[in-house]
Amino acid sequence: MNTFSKGGVHPHDNKLTAGIAISTAGLPDVAVIPLSQHIGAPAKAIVAKGDHVKVGQKIAEAGGFVSAVIHAPVSGIVSKIDTVVDASGYARPAIYIQRDGDEWESSIDRSDSLVTLDQHPDLTAETIREAIREAGIVGMGGACFPTHVKLSPPPGCIPEQVIINAVECEPYLTADHRLLLEHPDEVLTGVGLLMKAAGVQKGFIAIENNKPDAILLMQEKAAAYDGITVVPLKVKYPQGGEKQLIEAVTGRQVPPPPALPVNVGAIIQNVGTAYAVYEAVMKHKPLIERVVTVTGKHLSRPANLRARIGTPMSQLIEECGGWPEDTGKLIGGGPMMGKALHHADVPVCKGSSGILLMSEEESHRSTPSPCIRCAKCVAACPMGLEPYLLAKAAERDIWNLLEEHHVTSCIECGSCQFTCPSYRPLLDVIRVAKATVTGIQRARASAQQNK
Amino acid sequence: MNNKLTISLSPHIHGGDSVQRNMYGVLLALLPVLLSSFWFFGWGAVKITCVSVLACMAVEYATGRWLLQRKASTLSDGSAIVTGVLLAINLPSNLPLWMVVAGAVFAIGVVKMTFGGLGCNLFNPALAARAFMLVSFPAAMTTWPLSGQPFFTTDAQTGATPLTLIKEAAQTGNASLLDKLPPLEDMLIGCTGGSMGEVSALAVLMGLAFLLFKRIITWHIPVSIVGTVFVVSGVMHLLHPAYASPMVEVLSGGLLLGAVFMATDYVTSPMTPKGQLVYGVAIGVLTVVIRTFGAYPEGMSFAILIMNALTPLINRSCRPSLFGEKGGKNS
Repeated sequence: MNTFSKGGVHPHDNKLTAGIAISTAGLPDVAVIPLSQHIGAPAKAIVAKGDHVKVGQKIAEAGGFVSAVIHAPVSGIVSKIDTVVDASGYARPAIYIQRDGDEWESSIDRSDSLVTLDQHPDLTAETIREAIREAGIVGMGGACFPTHVKLSPPPGCIPEQVIINAVECEPYLTADHRLLLEHPDEVLTGVGLLMKAAGVQKGFIAIENNKPDAILLMQEKAAAYDGITVVPLKVKYPQGGEKQLIEAVTGRQVPPPPALPVNVGAIIQNVGTAYAVYEAVMKHKPLIERVVTVTGKHLSRPANLRARIGTPMSQLIEECGGWPEDTGKLIGGGPMMGKALHHADVPVCKGSSGILLMSEEESHRSTPSPCIRCAKCVAACPMGLEPYLLAKAAERDIWNLLEEHHVTSCIECGSCQFTCPSYRPLLDVIRVAKATVTGIQRARASAQQNK
Repeated sequence: MNNKLTISLSPHIHGGDSVQRNMYGVLLALLPVLLSSFWFFGWGAVKITCVSVLACMAVEYATGRWLLQRKASTLSDGSAIVTGVLLAINLPSNLPLWMVVAGAVFAIGVVKMTFGGLGCNLFNPALAARAFMLVSFPAAMTTWPLSGQPFFTTDAQTGATPLTLIKEAAQTGNASLLDKLPPLEDMLIGCTGGSMGEVSALAVLMGLAFLLFKRIITWHIPVSIVGTVFVVSGVMHLLHPAYASPMVEVLSGGLLLGAVFMATDYVTSPMTPKGQLVYGVAIGVLTVVIRTFGAYPEGMSFAILIMNALTPLINRSCRPSLFGEKGGKNS
């Protein structure tokens, strides 16, 4: 069984909600929809205060090529266009909708019936890409890169395969796992659509072998779909990292930047994205809701909730039994790469895969002690970096050394810090160094241009 | 709800490894070696171990508290205890106790704490102390009692070790001297002369298995050292029978002990698998060279110390390859 070749760690997977079926979260009274839920230019609002909107109605236009449109997740009156502190921790522009009822755009097919590719032989790559763009779909694993952009590779790059990231290597999160189990045909049809849009004959669904039920079910179902193969992978974090996943599935390594995954012929999409693509193309349903894993060891009813975009996280926590007494940390995402939030009045966005509540005891780091040069961080780094050296250089602001040792290749997976026996805050300082070095490189490039 | 949420950057979980877990893991791995040394050398070994450990801890406490003016003592990380035990098992069991104390002062006070304590030292403290003692007390440090004597004997007999015989044979070219070597199974179990912890290959191998199983060390350093010694001494043995057979070379002296417990010291060994292999091979070659052509019968500790000094250079030249640089297996 395959996995990626360099480094990696094995955190306890704590998939508390793996056996819990997806349920539908209640509708928020006020939905807050940030205009920047994706990588790239923020969307531009096309509604004004006082407008009435229906579910699925477009409320913001893409702000550029790398951007995504946004649709109303609830029906009601636009109460204001203001800012909101989103999961990034920054205040950003957002549209507030005061909900009344649940009135949908009539074009959206809300039935459960499966629409297959065979029923739509008329679909072309172009129409699929356009439908994806119009539905505002972005990478739903958390990176939030606009999907239609990924499907339009730069000239000279020929995609060979679509790889569906069903690895879900973050501990605790189970949203993708549940989608596979509950909507296998919809996901597979979505994969077929992505393959058609990318113009490739091969599709792979990569699943770690801690989800044997999903592997079995998908293998069974995939037999009926042309060109789609299920690839079971050995469990190892961070296998969901794009470059790691491509290597695990195809054996090829994406060269260092500026190369893209498509340079080795691969287009990676998340399970949630494939499902959203199915809904967008076959059901005309834009991306207005997603599955969010709400979890934590002390939460009374952890769940996988299908929540509308813009629902405050606090409401989802209430639905799962409310705040546990000893909550010490609130994390948007998983424990390895998620962001700690300082309150829960943060709206669910297109990339919100999970909400994790950690107890007071779990929330504190141990006191760091000096580096004992055990080399465990070097062994753990999936990018072939030397975290101990980068961290030491970062603490001393030695930017040229950091650049020379490829600090910008760091994917911020946290394996080094997870494994460090001295509890050193390796990634904290490497992250700062990476941002600084990236800034230096940009400044240098623009200075060169101005010459 | 608690309205004081902790904010910190990811990752929010930790694997649970710690300095203590590694240090106490090494101590557990050293248990068979220690018990075998007590069995073969009796009370002398017990006394030396106790004195060495206590002296190392005392020096660590004293230098940390009064010389470095540290608020919190670093005793609890367990590294001083490890150094104490490693120093003890590198000594003959009949060494006067004040010499042991002098060794501990050098190991912790000079080699480790002057450079800033755990993680900062250039040389393995226990080995550097052994070299210091070898130079300072040459007679006492090279008179080894024979092992396997009754546990309560206080006036142990001393005698030649396999290494002395090997050296004599190599330098005189007289292969018949090698016939006086104890049988291999005695060297494996430990019924031979030598420093406290080096006589029983079996005990060291049990420790190695534990260290590998607990993932405290990787195979690279011990395997490359032992493999190199085996190959180099094997070639020499084929060229001239006066050079001892590779099995004898591997089982005699501190080779296994050094390869498993001394050369693998985190602080003073290279950071990448590639570097560790270079380091291991170099230690193996140097050991055979010193054993055969040098003035001292044992070359292991000097070989490791020399390579300790070269470790920063190895780290510079043996870097891990960046992901994507080689393009993966299919391209």
